Amino acid sequence: MKSTVIVFPGSNCDRDIDVALSKFQIKNQMVWHNETTLPKTDLVVLPGGFSYGDYLRSGCIASKSKIIKDVIKHAEKGGLLLGICNGFQILIETGLLPGVLLRNKNLRFISKDIFLKVINTENKFCTNYKKKNIIKLHIAHNEGNFFGNNNLIQYLENENLVALKYCDEKGNINDSSNPNGSLNNIAAILNKDKNILGMMPHPERLIDHYLSGEDGSLMFQSLLKAY
Amino acid sequence: MKISVIVTLKKEVLDPQGKVVNQTLKNIGFSSVQEVRQGKFFEIEICESDPEKIKSIAEEISKKLLANTVIENYKINLDS
Repeated sequence: MKSTVIVFPGSNCDRDIDVALSKFQIKNQMVWHNETTLPKTDLVVLPGGFSYGDYLRSGCIASKSKIIKDVIKHAEKGGLLLGICNGFQILIETGLLPGVLLRNKNLRFISKDIFLKVINTENKFCTNYKKKNIIKLHIAHNEGNFFGNNNLIQYLENENLVALKYCDEKGNINDSSNPNGSLNNIAAILNKDKNILGMMPHPERLIDHYLSGEDGSLMFQSLLKAY
Repeated sequence: MKISVIVTLKKEVLDPQGKVVNQTLKNIGFSSVQEVRQGKFFEIEICESDPEKIKSIAEEISKKLLANTVIENYKINLDS
């Protein structure tokens, strides 16, 4: 399996995701945002960080960069596209995923381990979570408060396009297990064809049991299994 | 010609920064302050003189880049 990580000025999780992909024998390549064509690839990852210093709106300037046209083409052809944290914000700004990510409800940058319930395992990113659907990952963001009008939230729920929701250790999804104010505790969503996943938590940070856990590994193993 | 664009969050969208500014104004004695909404202000120099053309360029700029129309409103001022 081949993957491509797009690097923007201000990306800072690009190396981490590169390490994670390589650990699971996914052949990865880094591509600078100013390139116009993607190499042959099965998966494109938009990494976390602060592309363009979060100027204007998080992810906004990156969503207009040169490589994005080809990223959109890749996704339209059914190629896998994963946006993590700032990558999720970029996906929303491109219009590939709906909704908006507002500033966290408590106005603070939140960096901590949180629990998540895997709601949809019928997609290429999450098949391995069938055996374990309450997981621990890390979040680190200032704008992760998922928001949309009632119709959108209803649509995402009805079509089973919510991939992950914030919960507590036992899997309870409620206000006290919601770190940032996201509607319905939404942490990750899929597009209709389920080849695009946008998520605020960082799976690449939990791929080693010596470094806080391995719940992120299951995502990379799922991806590998898909090819 | 110089134009300006003001981008603010729509009324139904929570504006936590505006809320905090509002609360702080009350804390320092401005008891008559009712509500605060925080936004962004852009000054743009456009090399064009036809007001109609400038208006349509400004509209496009606002929609395509400056505002996220899902959650934000924009207001264009041509006479600045």
